[in-house]
Amino acid sequence: MQPLTNEQIRAVIARGKLKDTIFKGLGLFCLSIALLVIVALIADMVIKGSERFTLDFFLNFASRRATQAGILSAWVGSLLVMLVTALAAVPLGVAAGLYLEEYAKRNWLTHVIEVNISNLAAVPSIVYGLLALGIFVYQFGFGQSILSAGLTLALLILPIIIVATREAIRAIPAMIREGSMAVGATRWQTCRYHIIPYAMPGILTGVIIGLARAIGETAPIITIGALTFIAFLPPVPFTGEPPAGLFDWVMSPFTVMPIQIFNWTSRPDPAFEVNAAAAGFVLMFMVLSMNAVAIWLRYKMRKNIKW
Amino acid sequence: MRNVSERLIEALLLGAAAVSVLTTVGIVYVLVSESIHFFQQVSIVDFLTDTQWTPLFDDAHFGIMVLVSGTVVSSVVALAVAVPMGTIIAIYLSEFANSKVREIAKPILELLGGIPTIVFGYFALLVVTPILQVIFPELPGFSLLSAGLVMGIMIVPYIASLSEDAMRAVPMSLREGAYAMGSTRLYTALHVVVPAAFSGLAASYILAISRAVGETMILAVAAGMQPNLTWNPMEPAATITSYIVQVALGDLPHGSIGYLTIFAAGLTLLLITLVFNILGQWLRAKFRENY
Repeated sequence: MQPLTNEQIRAVIARGKLKDTIFKGLGLFCLSIALLVIVALIADMVIKGSERFTLDFFLNFASRRATQAGILSAWVGSLLVMLVTALAAVPLGVAAGLYLEEYAKRNWLTHVIEVNISNLAAVPSIVYGLLALGIFVYQFGFGQSILSAGLTLALLILPIIIVATREAIRAIPAMIREGSMAVGATRWQTCRYHIIPYAMPGILTGVIIGLARAIGETAPIITIGALTFIAFLPPVPFTGEPPAGLFDWVMSPFTVMPIQIFNWTSRPDPAFEVNAAAAGFVLMFMVLSMNAVAIWLRYKMRKNIKW
Repeated sequence: MRNVSERLIEALLLGAAAVSVLTTVGIVYVLVSESIHFFQQVSIVDFLTDTQWTPLFDDAHFGIMVLVSGTVVSSVVALAVAVPMGTIIAIYLSEFANSKVREIAKPILELLGGIPTIVFGYFALLVVTPILQVIFPELPGFSLLSAGLVMGIMIVPYIASLSEDAMRAVPMSLREGAYAMGSTRLYTALHVVVPAAFSGLAASYILAISRAVGETMILAVAAGMQPNLTWNPMEPAATITSYIVQVALGDLPHGSIGYLTIFAAGLTLLLITLVFNILGQWLRAKFRENY
């Protein structure tokens, strides 16, 4: 074989460098498509929906007339469903994470639980809706209520909270546990006074990311049969005639933001597109600000904790 | 006393961990038991071979292939977008980008992954479809193409972040070896890093398929909900998931055949995603490289 001349070697190197540059351009191009989609999405909703960003839009119920329709029942519904979801998912998720990290022995039961959690994360969300329709709505008789919806979304985000809790606990060095046990604390006292407080920022991040996911979920809530036209609010505790009890609101019919958007998007009348755009922007704002808080928390956490 | 309360707490925590197992049991129980009622009225052969899906008509047909075709076509369109884009972004971020670019790109991808799917549905129907109609004037108002494209964009962050993790886990010494022999960055990425991270890449693609098959709202909004046995992405069609939404929006009596169909459809969906999950775990175990 003839040895390559200097010119040929330079040509080979130049070709290689050219390919590198082309690929770099391709990578940046793909990233900019992602960015473009986000920008186009937000810009479209802001421009189309801008005429609805009034106080009335937040304080009016759904209506047949697009210009008078608002999102009052939707944002109140979303908030109440999130409250139920958080109350159910946070204690369950943290307890499960704590058990798996601090208590569980390496046996078949632990293995089953772990495999199961990772598999549940891959189940399509609409399947949770079918589970809830069969179990919560009909077997338990909760009906198409805020309680059913909140519990459904709680099951959906449970894997997210469990995984976040476990990661936060795993980052705590063993010396903390040993120190606590050395002065005579029991396992639970160690968890209660040391593990949980130190893991708190990580857990909180997971909870917020889970709730941000839940607030945007539509499919499982439609499946349990949430209504799309609600022109009243759930009963406020101890008011009305006859007076409502403390928890009457959990059994109330409801609608949530994503369902309201779905309803407006699927109407043929283009006047409702404006409402869908405005409501979509409000929902995006909720989700993105929750994610921003989570990212900020993660950042703070990385800076502050030094073992 | 102390021991008793410790034991009690441990039992309570175990109970919380068991909720996830109960969820799985509940899902399988609900889907299987309702599907058994369904298959008492419809033969499983008809379910798998009939070419019509008209469960709510007088002349009822229950051919699940009609819905499966919509799911397959929209998923193929989505993957045709998401796999190349996600892989290129992952290679770029792991092998080419400096830390500054990465610090900007990561939150952008996280943001994209966090957008609610109903908002993507709105985007597909009211922004992407009109743009596509300029290019393809014969495209109808609802189409699998437009829903699939947006679904692909939605899935890009999942593939990008999982694949990037897999590639960054490849030890530096492998790359250094390649560079020492005169490889360019791109050659090293494609011929050393990608093969070494293959199991992780494959797992991310499988997860993407599961996502695409289970995605609901984009299709319910932008692909129309008429059952349509087609392999053409330019047509509107119902998928397994959007059919469930359509039925749930109506007011079907509990226990009727129409009510039972959504559980049979749900069981089909769960089985499809289960197959891909098992395939993904098998691939990961088989092609895992240890360093």
